[in-house]
Amino acid sequence: MADKEQIIRISGVNPLKCMKCGKCTATCPNYDEMEYHPHQFVYMVEHGEIDKLMASESVYKCLTCFACVERCPRGVEPAKLIEAIRTEAVRRQGCNRLKADDIPARIDDDMPGQALMMATRKYTR
Amino acid sequence: MTYTYFPGCTLRTKAKDLDHYLRISAEKLGMELIEPADWQCCGGAYSNAKDEIANKLSSVRIIMDADKNTGKVLTVCSACHNVLKRVNDDLKNDENFAFKVNNYMKPEVPYSGNVEVIHFLEALRDEVGFDKLASMVVKPFTGKKIAAYYGCLLLRPGKVMAMDDPENPVIMENFIKAIGGTPVIYARRNECCGGYAVMEDPAIAAKRSGAIIENAKDMGADLMVTACPLCMYNLKKTGPDTGIYYFTELLAEALGLKED
Repeated sequence: MADKEQIIRISGVNPLKCMKCGKCTATCPNYDEMEYHPHQFVYMVEHGEIDKLMASESVYKCLTCFACVERCPRGVEPAKLIEAIRTEAVRRQGCNRLKADDIPARIDDDMPGQALMMATRKYTR
Repeated sequence: MTYTYFPGCTLRTKAKDLDHYLRISAEKLGMELIEPADWQCCGGAYSNAKDEIANKLSSVRIIMDADKNTGKVLTVCSACHNVLKRVNDDLKNDENFAFKVNNYMKPEVPYSGNVEVIHFLEALRDEVGFDKLASMVVKPFTGKKIAAYYGCLLLRPGKVMAMDDPENPVIMENFIKAIGGTPVIYARRNECCGGYAVMEDPAIAAKRSGAIIENAKDMGADLMVTACPLCMYNLKKTGPDTGIYYFTELLAEALGLKED
């Protein structure tokens, strides 16, 4: 289990900087796929609710597009926080989000190698 | 103008057009490209967790190799460009990262910190110059409404990529003007196509990319241009009639270099 301090350390994000304006969630292009939205990640990390976030599908729905990072008026960088929680989740033994056996079914003849490399980086350890 | 040109894995396979049209255009524009021997993957995506070091070493090797010759890494794939620029920034500004990298790599000559990672669009703007490019155009895209699709990787994080204003970019629009076209400004030009999430759930990429194409068409675009093979893939998957091209293909065509 990852604790709050570990998430803060590897993300480099200080959730206390957040002024709860909600702009990160308002600007997130994948907002509608998430149970917990970017602003909730920030709030829940601040309150130590890491296990709940790690168990949620929402952690895999962030596109790491950095729209929230660029547009946060307080420089909180929510996408880095979400990736830190995802990284801790997939680092647990047997918890890779993308399994090697699943890959053939998910690729086609046009898919660039870039997609596979990026997905491997973002969903596995 | 001599560059260490890093094409990246996808430009050898699914994005050969992006590479081919860059090479013939660069030659015409007087840019000399030196491709490093035995280059390997850039790493694919930048890992944001601060304790992820090993998966950034492939980018470190490319940067240290360029340090020994041209001092300039030229890239065109949005993903390679993003990873290389961010790792170069870490080498220069993150002492803990640089310390661990040097302990592991033990380079014969320490990294000078002087390597620049630049995108081909930046080289066109800053070193060739859009005015000079415009003067060399023989087949202008006169009357064509062209929508630049930036996506996420080219511009963000803005402080590190430092390519253009991340919220109101002009570099691709100015490129479109240089080749004689009319740029189309639309709201979603710097929003994400769904990216690597296509491996997690193709429906996500279809929704995100569909909204981008719809927005560009609503604003009157005849064509769209991108620098990213994954954006290209996700946008093309939304339908047969997307009219999206690599910007290098339009460049080569404008310079009269495209074979029919």
